[in-house]
Amino acid sequence: MSDTLLNDLKVIVFQLQNEEYGVSVEQVRSIERIQHITRVPKTPIFVKGVINLRGVVTPIIDLRSRFDMEEVEQTESTRIIIVSVNDMNVGLIVDSANDVIDIPAEDIEDPPEIVGGIEINYIRGVAKLDKRLLILLNLDEVLTQQEIEEIQTIEATMQ
Amino acid sequence: MDKNQYLDMFIDESNEHLQAMNDYLLKLERNPTEESFINEVFRSAHTLKGMAATMGYEDIAHLTHQLENVLDMIRNKTIVVSSELLDIVLSSVEVLERMVHDIENGGDGKGEISFIMKELVKMESGTEVASTEEVSTPKKPFELPNYDDFELTVLSQSIEQGYYAYNIRISLREDCILKAARVFMVFEVLEKLGEVIKAVPSVEQLEEENFDEDFQVTLITREKEETVKGKILTISEITFVEVDLVDVNNLFQSNHPETPQEGGVELEQRENENDQSEVIENKVGKGSGKTIRVNIERLDTLMNLFEELVIDRGRLEQISLEVKSQELTETVEHMSRISGDLQNIILNMRMVPIEQVFNRFPRMVRTLAKELNKEVTLEIIGAETELDRTVIDEIGDPLVHLLRNSIDHGVETREVRQRNNKPPQSKITLKAYHSGNHVFIEVSDDGAGINKEKVLNKAIADGVITKKEKENLTDQQIYELLFASGLSTAEQLSDISGRGVGLDVVKNKIEALGGNVTVDSEIGKGTTFSIQLPLTLSIMSVMLVKVQQECFAIPLTSIIETAIISKSEILTVHNRKVINFRGKVVPLVDLTTFFEVPQTMEQGEFYPVIIVKKGEKMAGLIVNSFIGQQEIVLKSLGNYLINVFAISGATILGNGQVALIIDCNSLIK
Repeated sequence: MSDTLLNDLKVIVFQLQNEEYGVSVEQVRSIERIQHITRVPKTPIFVKGVINLRGVVTPIIDLRSRFDMEEVEQTESTRIIIVSVNDMNVGLIVDSANDVIDIPAEDIEDPPEIVGGIEINYIRGVAKLDKRLLILLNLDEVLTQQEIEEIQTIEATMQ
Repeated sequence: MDKNQYLDMFIDESNEHLQAMNDYLLKLERNPTEESFINEVFRSAHTLKGMAATMGYEDIAHLTHQLENVLDMIRNKTIVVSSELLDIVLSSVEVLERMVHDIENGGDGKGEISFIMKELVKMESGTEVASTEEVSTPKKPFELPNYDDFELTVLSQSIEQGYYAYNIRISLREDCILKAARVFMVFEVLEKLGEVIKAVPSVEQLEEENFDEDFQVTLITREKEETVKGKILTISEITFVEVDLVDVNNLFQSNHPETPQEGGVELEQRENENDQSEVIENKVGKGSGKTIRVNIERLDTLMNLFEELVIDRGRLEQISLEVKSQELTETVEHMSRISGDLQNIILNMRMVPIEQVFNRFPRMVRTLAKELNKEVTLEIIGAETELDRTVIDEIGDPLVHLLRNSIDHGVETREVRQRNNKPPQSKITLKAYHSGNHVFIEVSDDGAGINKEKVLNKAIADGVITKKEKENLTDQQIYELLFASGLSTAEQLSDISGRGVGLDVVKNKIEALGGNVTVDSEIGKGTTFSIQLPLTLSIMSVMLVKVQQECFAIPLTSIIETAIISKSEILTVHNRKVINFRGKVVPLVDLTTFFEVPQTMEQGEFYPVIIVKKGEKMAGLIVNSFIGQQEIVLKSLGNYLINVFAISGATILGNGQVALIIDCNSLIK
């Protein structure tokens, strides 16, 4: 992990609830406008459903709900970022996405300890840019299957 | 040279040649005197040797070389085709197959060939005594080709009519690059002069450049020797031409040492003529089926792109309806028709004959039957039946299981059969055919049939069923028990089957492919396993329904019928909603609540219901409206959403939206 942090990083910047996040460009396939999402029943709450992405059925996750934030109405600026991790193509709904920036390695710091809790897993680091703070996501953790399965079993036992 | 780009081709072609060798060797066993069979085997072995040597797989080249020596002796009749001989030849083909398989899996194609080499050498040297006699006859500088009776007749008749028959030997320059092209030019010249009746090596082999530098042709012409020679020498890169008159009378005598009776010759000739026409037919068949190899992934990409086109077509149709311009409407309609044709072609491209799978069975059956000391003939019907490539890849193993099962448990030994007044040879039939949107594959034997009592006792002993349940089982249900895991009725375990794994694996696999297996049997007459499979895994017929505002697809294969029932017909049993449907109590599932669909409309007095089945069980699914029947392309939900309950996949509708496909099997418990 520390090795990758030593290199400069090109990231896509997106907004979630007034905070800025970044994912590495290599993991991003495309950025789409919001379109019709088909709900898939009996899936975790943050799985919004599937879309037809140029002939490929692609699952969509609402990042707000994945990070336990309050869900909001979709607006003109709402985007779906299609990422590809571990052979999985998944779309992430974000408030807006509008920037690609280079982050020098020395500007990236480890995630602050105080964040705590489960969230710490999917934050890879924090980048300081002038007065902006950018939270770098670890997508592997965002999309962990294990956690999804746990949630599914919890849901199943509740039924 | 980068070998990798040729590797796929090498593997494909090697497999084809090995398969051809297998086929013809088995045919040869049944008909040892048929020369064309051994020639085919020889040709394949020769090509394989060349390819392997080029690619640097020396073990394969060595083994095929040795094999070729033995085959050559069969061809020259210095060795008699016997069962033992074929055993060795077949097992060396098997070793070759293993090595090619190894290469396919990224190995270096080396294998343990010393043992089989020894056997082959033994075969070769064991008959050397016999062969030396023939060698002792002094060989001419070059041998005349072996003419068959048909060709001899043609020759003698032509000479009677004043033609000359020449045997021409031609050598190409060693460094000649386009040998086939030169050969073609030679043939063009010769065909202007007269008629070519024979070429050694055969024309096919010449075209494939399967020769060194020299070849021979036999020509019937009115021209003089010198003219022929001169004309051929005008072609460049030819180093040597020798033209000899063919002495037909001499040949006739050498071919027929004893002058046979007139009638006999004629009969033989006619037979040979028939053979000739058969060979020609084969050639035509091969020539017309020109193919190219395409990676299946490319076909998938093509399919995906095409689906997008279909979606856009749907939108265009919508637009043209709104715009109401006649020109636009006509163009869109034309486009729809063309894309419909295109769809058929793309789907057909993915279809391959099941022959690919069936091909490997004859030898397997032969080996197994020998091991078990049974006499089995395998009959294959409908090998040309086509199936989607994805199904073909999966169906092999289940069929192997069923065939093994039939040979091991199904058919009896020779002694038992004779005691029961049956023909000593038992027969296993492998049959494939299309019916509707399905393909059926049947494995049937004429063996002893399934002993129901034995199955029942075993099932009870293994705890699959209880004694109580035993009373109410129908024949079908008893046979179904064979597919229960952990059940084997073989009295003794054998290497082949009877370990309690097998039939349940078969059933699982087939069901995973969206098909099913049934058994039928008659004591003393035999058993038939019947597999039903969807024609393709990627396209299926569904019924589209609306649940509130959402669209779902239900596979037609699970649907019995649709019905509209009034609220008053719904009864409750144990707090569960049921209806009385054609005399049966069918439980109801309200899809709105089951799939937690946001409720936007109230159900009226009447409920649209789809009756679905799983085996014998049924259920009624309450929906809001039926949209209609449609052919759809099955898509997976991706690697992120795996095992979504009661959803087997998704599809993209004409409006570009995704609809989920309901898995009825998991809805019915």
